[in-house]
Amino acid sequence: MALRELSSLEKYLGLKKPNKYSTQGDKKVPVLQNNNGPPLVGLGTIASHLVKEAKRPNLLGDSAESRAVVQQWLEYRVTKLDGCTKEDTKAILKDLNLYLQDKVYMAGNQFTLADTFMYFGIHPIIVDLSVQEKEQYVNVARWFDHIQRCPGVRHHLPPLVVLRNRIYTSKHH
Amino acid sequence: MKLFVSEGNPHCLKVLAAVEVSGVQCDVQYVNHEERVVPFLSRPALPALLLPSGLHLFSSNAICRYLFEVSGKDSSELCNQWLEWEATDLQPALLQALHLAVVQGKGSEVSKVLQGPLNYLEQSLSKGNTPYLTGEAVSVADVVLWAALYPVLSDASLALGERASIKAWFDRGAVMHSCQSAAQKVLQGKGLQGMKSYMQRQPAPSSSQCRDSQPCNGNPAESEESERAVSAEEMETAALTWNKGLNTCSMATSRQHPILPQEGKRNILLTSALPYVNNVPHLGNIIGCVLSTDVFSRYGRLRGWNMLFVCGTDEYGTATENKAREEGLTPQQICDKYHVIHSDIYKWFQIDFDFFGRTTTEKHTEIAQNIFWRNHKHGYLVEDTVEQLRCEKCQRFLADRFVEGICPHCSYPEARGDQCDKCGKLINAVELGEPQCKVCKETPSIRSSKHLFLDLPKLEGQLEQWLDKSTSTGDWTANAKQITRSWLRDGLKPRSITRDLRWGTPVPHPDFKEKVFYVWFDAPIGYLSITANYTDQWEKWWKNPQQVELYNFMAKDNVPFHSVMFPCSLLGAQDNYTLVNHLIATEYLNYEDTKFSKSRGVGVFGDMAKDTGIPSDVWRFYLLYVRPEGQDSAFSWADMALKNNSELLNNLGNFINRAGMFVTKFFEGCVPAMELQQEDKRLLALVGWELQQYIQLLDKVKIRDSLRRILNISRHGNQYIQLNEPWKKIKGGDTERQRAGTVTGVSVNIACLLSVMLLPYMPTVSQTIRDQFNAPQSCVDTMLQGTGTFVCSLSAGHRIGTVSPLFQKLEVDQIEALKKTFGGQQTAQSAGSPPPAAGPAAAAEVVAGIGADPEKAKQLTQAVAEQGEKVRELKAQKAQKAAITAEVAKLLDLKKQLALAEGKGSDPAPQKGKKK
Repeated sequence: MALRELSSLEKYLGLKKPNKYSTQGDKKVPVLQNNNGPPLVGLGTIASHLVKEAKRPNLLGDSAESRAVVQQWLEYRVTKLDGCTKEDTKAILKDLNLYLQDKVYMAGNQFTLADTFMYFGIHPIIVDLSVQEKEQYVNVARWFDHIQRCPGVRHHLPPLVVLRNRIYTSKHH
Repeated sequence: MKLFVSEGNPHCLKVLAAVEVSGVQCDVQYVNHEERVVPFLSRPALPALLLPSGLHLFSSNAICRYLFEVSGKDSSELCNQWLEWEATDLQPALLQALHLAVVQGKGSEVSKVLQGPLNYLEQSLSKGNTPYLTGEAVSVADVVLWAALYPVLSDASLALGERASIKAWFDRGAVMHSCQSAAQKVLQGKGLQGMKSYMQRQPAPSSSQCRDSQPCNGNPAESEESERAVSAEEMETAALTWNKGLNTCSMATSRQHPILPQEGKRNILLTSALPYVNNVPHLGNIIGCVLSTDVFSRYGRLRGWNMLFVCGTDEYGTATENKAREEGLTPQQICDKYHVIHSDIYKWFQIDFDFFGRTTTEKHTEIAQNIFWRNHKHGYLVEDTVEQLRCEKCQRFLADRFVEGICPHCSYPEARGDQCDKCGKLINAVELGEPQCKVCKETPSIRSSKHLFLDLPKLEGQLEQWLDKSTSTGDWTANAKQITRSWLRDGLKPRSITRDLRWGTPVPHPDFKEKVFYVWFDAPIGYLSITANYTDQWEKWWKNPQQVELYNFMAKDNVPFHSVMFPCSLLGAQDNYTLVNHLIATEYLNYEDTKFSKSRGVGVFGDMAKDTGIPSDVWRFYLLYVRPEGQDSAFSWADMALKNNSELLNNLGNFINRAGMFVTKFFEGCVPAMELQQEDKRLLALVGWELQQYIQLLDKVKIRDSLRRILNISRHGNQYIQLNEPWKKIKGGDTERQRAGTVTGVSVNIACLLSVMLLPYMPTVSQTIRDQFNAPQSCVDTMLQGTGTFVCSLSAGHRIGTVSPLFQKLEVDQIEALKKTFGGQQTAQSAGSPPPAAGPAAAAEVVAGIGADPEKAKQLTQAVAEQGEKVRELKAQKAQKAAITAEVAKLLDLKKQLALAEGKGSDPAPQKGKKK
C-alpha cells in the first residue's frame, strides 16, 4: 500500500528514475535504499525526501508554521489514520470535518504533501461511507473531491463520487 | 505564541524541554488534562501550540520541530526519520508500558513491552558512533526521544536491563539543565506516579495498537486486554475476603418517604432534566436524562448513600400553547394528558423516581415568585424595552414562532420569526417583511413592551467564584466544563426573564401584569417546587449546601441553563440555596446514524419501545451500553441484536445459567463444598479487581464503562468453566468430583455477585437471578461496600431454586422488520405518497407534513383493527416467531400511519422543518 503511494508520488513529482523500495517488519514500513547513505525508513520521511529531491520544497510548506502543520498531518496519517478502528473513523471524520471547515487544503491555502497523504490514507474510509454519511462530513467530502481532481494526485486509486450539494436537506437539524 | 500543557502528561515533557533547549519565547499555560484547547478536536489533545497565524499544532513532535526551526535549527532527514519512528513505534509501546506501570501496577512487565524499540535504539546508537542521534550536536530528535524515554529510563525499579549506548546517550541528555527542569515541571519529582492522573484518563492500550494492526471493527470490550497477571498477594487477599461472609446488619434499609438529609450520611439529591411535556420522549432523551439518573440512583442506594431522586414534566411555554391549539384542548388539558404519557413511559423503563411531579403547581408559583422578589430586592433585575410584534385581532404579543413573513436576508416568503428555513439565518421578528400572525393571518404591528432582565454581568463575579470551586471539587463531565467555560469566555449579558404569554407562571410585579416568566428562568425552579410537592420539608434539601450534594443529569444542550443561568438566579436570591456539585452531561445519541425525528417518523419513541416485544431490561442494557459518554454514539438495530445475542445471551446469560444448571443437575440443587486452589483464588482476585474498577467508575458516574466490567467478569467465568470442564470431572473419581464441586460453587457465587452488579442496569433480571438462586437479600447490601467485597454468599449446602434462561435471542428477520418500521421510510412508501423525488427522508417529511387527515384516519383505524386480529390469531395458533414478528411489524407500521393521519404523531404542519 505505502509503496504504491510512494510510486504515485514519484509520478506526480515527475521523478524520472523510479526508486527501489523494500519493506521492513510485519508492519510493512517502507524503506528506501539510498546509494549515498543509510536507507531511509518510514512513509513520511521518504515522502519528504522525494519532494526535496524533486526540488519542490513548497510541497512541504512555505513557512515554518506551514512546514510544522504539514509534518503534523503526515504524522497523523501514519499514527491515527492507519489501522484505525471503525469507532475511531467517526471521531476522525468529525474532527477533520471541523478542521476543514475554513480551509481549502490541509495546510491552509496551499496544496502540500499533507493533502496527498491524507487523501491516500482516508480513501479506504471514504469508500465505505454511504451518501448520507458523506453529507454529514461535507467539508471532508469537499476537500476529498478537490484533491482527487488535482492533476496527477490520484494515480493508483479509483475516483469516488462525492456530491457537493446536499440531497437530504432535512439533515440541517 | 501560546503553549498549553498539563501536569503529568508525558508528551508535555517533550515540548517543555524543546522550549528550553531552543530558547524560543512562548507563553506557557498549564491547563487540566481534559481541557479542549484545539477547537476542532473532539478529544482533549495536549500539549497544543497556538501559532501566531491562529492555527493549532496538536502533535508534540510537530511542536518541537517548529520550535527548533524558528530558533534556526532545521531538522534533517535523519531527524525526520527518528521523529516518525518515535510516533509510530516507540509511542505505542511507551503508552502500553506506562499504563502497565502506573495504572495497573505491573512494573515488572514493562521491560518486555519496551524491549523491541529499546534494542533498536541501542543498535542505532552504537552503530552510528556519534554522541547524539543525528550527529555531533543535539537535534530535535534527541530532545523528543530523551523526553519520551525519561519517565521509564529514570525509574530504576523497572529493571529495563543494561544498554550501554543508550545509557551514555541518556546521561548526556540529562546533563542538559533544560531537560531536567522540564521533567521537574511535568512530573514534579514524583516519578512515574506523577503521571497517574493523566494515564488513568487514557484508554487502556492494547498490544495491537501499533501501526501494523489490522483495522478491527470488533467490539472493544471483546478484544480488551488479554490477561491481567495476578500476584500471590492479591490472590490471598481475595481468598480472605471471600471467606468473610455476608453483612448481618442491613445497610440499605427500605426507603421511608419522605426521604430527608441525615446527619453523618452522604446525602445526595439527584435531578434529571425535566422533559418538556408536549412531546413523547425518544430514546435519546431517555438515555440522556432519566435512565442515567436512575442507574446512578440505584447504585447509590446499594452503596448506602441517602438519596432523593426527583424529576417531573416541564409544562409551561409557547410550545404547549401551540400544541393545545392544534389539538383543540386547553394548555392545562394538554399537560394533564402528556404528563400521564410521560409517566407511563418511565414506569415501563423502570425509572425509579422518588417523586415524579410537574411544574404547573401552586408551590411552583410560590417558589418562583419568591426567587423573583428576592432577586428584585437585591437589585439583580433590570428593566428594558423590547420591540415586539403584536396582533391586535388576537389581542396579544406574538412569540417568534407565531409570526411568518419575508426573510430580510434571502427574501424567502415563509420565514419564521426566529429563523429562516431557506437560508438558515437567525432573524429578529421585527425585521420580517410583510409579517403575518400565524393564527389569524392579520398583519401585526410593532409595539414596544417592557421586560425584566436578570443582570447576569452583575452576578458574574459570584458565579465564577462558585464555579471554580464546584468544578474543581465535583465531578463535572468534560463537556459540561467546556460549554460553561465558553459561555463565560464570551461574557454574560442581561437576559430577559419575562414574556408576553399567557401559559406560564405569572410575574407578580404590578408593572408587569399580564406577563409570565420565561421558561429558562422558570423551568429549573421546577426541581425545587417538585421537591416541595413531595415534602413540606423541601428546604432541608434545597437550602442546605453544607449537608447535601446535588447531581444534575442532562444532555449537553442543557448545560448552560444548569451551570450559568439557574445558579445565577439562585445566587441572586441570596437564600443559601444548594447549588449543583456534580454536573453530568451526555453527548447525543443518534438513530442509525441520523437524528431522531418525530416529524419524519425516524427513530424509536418511548411509547413504542414496549410494542417491540423486547423486554425493558434489554432496552435499558443496550441504551446504557451505547450511552453517549464522552462522545456521540448511535442506536442501531443490528448492533442491538448483536449485543443482545453476543453479550447478554452468549456471555452473561450463558455463564449464569450454566453455573445454576450445574448445581441443579450435578448436585441436586445444593451448592457443593468448595476447596479453593490457586487457580480459583486467581479467579477470585481477577473478579475482585473488576469489581473494584466497577465501583471506582460508577462513583465517578462512568456508567457505560462500568457496564463493561460486568461483562468482563462473566467472560472470566466462562473461561474458567470451559477450562475446568466440571461436566466431565463430575463423572470421575473423588478428587475430580470434588474439583467439579469447587468450580460449580465458585461459579454460582460469581453469578450471584453479577446479579448485584447488574441491579442498577437491569433491575428485573438482577432480581430474577437472585430468585432463581434463592440468594439472601443481604448479598445485595454486602458486595458493593467500601472498595468492593466479593464474598461467598451461597455457601455449601445452600439450596437454589429453579434455574431458567434469562435472555432470548433476537432473530435477524425480527430486527429487520423493526428497523423498517422505525426507519421513517416504510411510512412514506406504504402510505402511497407520490414517488420520492429526493430520497426517502424527504419523502417521509412530505407525508408528515400533510398532518391530520380524517378520511385516511378512518381507513387506517379499520386496517389497524384487522391487522390486530390477524396477529392475535397467529399468536393463538402458536405460529412461527418470524411470521408473528413480521405481522406485528405491519401492525406497528399501521398504527404509526394512523397516528400521523390523526395528526398526533407528527409535528403540526405549519412547523415543518423546525429545529429540534
